[in-house]
Amino acid sequence: MRTKTTFLALTAAAALGLAAAGTAEAQDDPTKACWIYVGPIGDFGWSYQHHQGLLQVEEELGDAVETAYLESVPEGADAERAIERFARSGCDIIFTTSFGYMDPTNKVAAKFPDVKFEHATGYKREHPNVATYNSRFHEGRYIQGVIAAKMSEAGVAGYIGSFPIPEVVMGINAFVLGAQSVNPDFKVKVVWANTWFDPGKEADAAKALIDQGVDIMTQHTDSTAPMQVAAERGIKAFGQASDMIEFGPETQLTAIVDDWGPYYVERVKAVREGTWEQIDIWAGLAEGHVVMAPYTNMPDDVKALAEETEEKIRSGEFDPFTGPINKQDGTPWLAEGEVADDGTLLGMNFYVEGVDDQLPN
Amino acid sequence: MRVELVKRPQRSALFSALSPFIALLLTLLAGAVMFLFLGKNPADALYYFFIEPLLETWSLHELAVKAAPLILIGVGLSICYLSNNWNIGAEGQFIIGAIAGSILPVAFPGFQSPIVLPLMLVMGIVGGAAYAGIPAWLKARFGTNEILTSLMLVYVAQLFLDWLVRGPWRNPEGFNFPETRNFHAYAILPEIWPASGRAHWGFVFAILAALVLWFVLSRTLKGFEVKLIGQSPRAGRFAGFSRSRMIIFAFLVSGALAGLAGISEVSGAIGQLRPAISPGYGFTAIIVAFLGRLNPLGIIAAGLVLALSYLGGEAAQISIGVSDKVARAFQGMLLFFVLACDTLIHYRIRVSRRLVAKPIEAPAGHA
Repeated sequence: MRTKTTFLALTAAAALGLAAAGTAEAQDDPTKACWIYVGPIGDFGWSYQHHQGLLQVEEELGDAVETAYLESVPEGADAERAIERFARSGCDIIFTTSFGYMDPTNKVAAKFPDVKFEHATGYKREHPNVATYNSRFHEGRYIQGVIAAKMSEAGVAGYIGSFPIPEVVMGINAFVLGAQSVNPDFKVKVVWANTWFDPGKEADAAKALIDQGVDIMTQHTDSTAPMQVAAERGIKAFGQASDMIEFGPETQLTAIVDDWGPYYVERVKAVREGTWEQIDIWAGLAEGHVVMAPYTNMPDDVKALAEETEEKIRSGEFDPFTGPINKQDGTPWLAEGEVADDGTLLGMNFYVEGVDDQLPN
Repeated sequence: MRVELVKRPQRSALFSALSPFIALLLTLLAGAVMFLFLGKNPADALYYFFIEPLLETWSLHELAVKAAPLILIGVGLSICYLSNNWNIGAEGQFIIGAIAGSILPVAFPGFQSPIVLPLMLVMGIVGGAAYAGIPAWLKARFGTNEILTSLMLVYVAQLFLDWLVRGPWRNPEGFNFPETRNFHAYAILPEIWPASGRAHWGFVFAILAALVLWFVLSRTLKGFEVKLIGQSPRAGRFAGFSRSRMIIFAFLVSGALAGLAGISEVSGAIGQLRPAISPGYGFTAIIVAFLGRLNPLGIIAAGLVLALSYLGGEAAQISIGVSDKVARAFQGMLLFFVLACDTLIHYRIRVSRRLVAKPIEAPAGHA
């Protein structure tokens, strides 16, 4: 905990016009690492997993590190203040963990060149002290698609989307491609919740989808509500961001688990050792940033197929976006054997064939 | 045994003035008890909550950023409430002001000139006033309940903004995220003192608006009219003041200031339109107006206190790890104690042991 004298010292420094100066790093002082979450740490999804990463940093680095976090920080005018507060309170590295923090992160980074900023899921690195990081969640989505097509009797799955940004569209497409590798006629129905975290809205979306006849539920939102609705209504579902098996012991087939811990440990260590550099990392199953929760509630043959698919993606033998793939309207996108490049994926604003939805535009 | 509230024949001028401070003190005490139950040292907690944000220049700037919309909306609401017009829809007028003011930078980004910003401010003011004109006209013309109409128009405004940023006004380069393009340099409300923080001219507008309205209310015939019609519509009629013109006047002033707050927030603090541009400023400003005793100068102080509770909530979350919900609890307690103190200034509690049925005097009608 910070002491009052430190604040007085900081005030004095500000008065001397040294406000923008970062903290001088002595090797013995603990490195201060700070996180900003868009949801509550109890969402059991996105923010919860980032917080698990924070806890892993504390556990592995012990006294060498001091941590702090702010939860439920709205994207907008309040985010800039929250980030600046961290920068001024002596944080050496600040992780801003939602897309909407992109501009505020870069704005504050300009004022604090000695503080390192890491923005999750964004693409702007306007200053040398801003890095961006994200994971290839679509690799897990493909595996889920394979499982869904094997498990579904109706041949149609429900998909709860948050916002129609490339990240989410990519996930839907990977899911459809995975499903079509098993059943070429498989369909996906999409409902946009237009929120990252709102258990009420997410539950409503899940109910609407089930009423339309889907018998597999998957979600790109952060609460456990869709899993719980699926459990009540007796269909199967996939967990999102964290292992949600507790909320659907008979329901969860698997979950894409975001494992940020190793990355956070590595980056905080780099700050401590003075080796931190600006990067833009997009890692997946191979690097362990994306982990599949245990395959449960499915027959052995489906489990074996899922494991085989996972291994192929992990080893690099197979990429989910490998041609031939057509766009939704039937026009060809990737030729036989062609693999989509990262740039196209990161700007993805179209569906592939088989999605029963009109992309909002 | 029963407890009843009995109207005091005379209310104490001393306690009327002291009441907000007593309420503040009681809030602090109740807050200290709350922190004790949360297992935190109350002295530390209150220090981080109410003192620490005042110790640094940048933090004072942030205070001004947060207080500006609260004060602007609050002083406008005071005119409404003093004249007995219950405008609950300032949140919607704030949003429509922001939308109207954003037409130029969002829909016509090619039009770049120093005239853009003044035009935006004017359009924001007009937009907010026009939107407040709807419940005003309905009340003046048809006698509708303005509490309901103004409140429901808030949801209309929120959904309209939501539709705009997801549909026609969405940033073409924004990867489908629901937000408009960033405002260009001519459309940004400048910072007052850029070297030390990001407080923008919205705060200056707020102080000016409060001073002007304070003068109008306390020194002019119009101010007398506002208060007379509010306190005694009958006396107002005898004095030759028109009730329906007062309804329109109060709503337009209040809507115009809420609209100015909206465009100032969007152009000064955010720099684009998003699905949610206000964390409930229009509703929090109702607390601000009453905490400031519907006096524009008091509202400046009240706006700063409420803004401080937001900043303090963050400071306490970082420094001692209390939940972000604590700030909300504080605001709720503050309003509760303000209203409780006011009630006890106007009424006294009488405990009677007789079980006789007597009509209960309800503590209603106090503004």
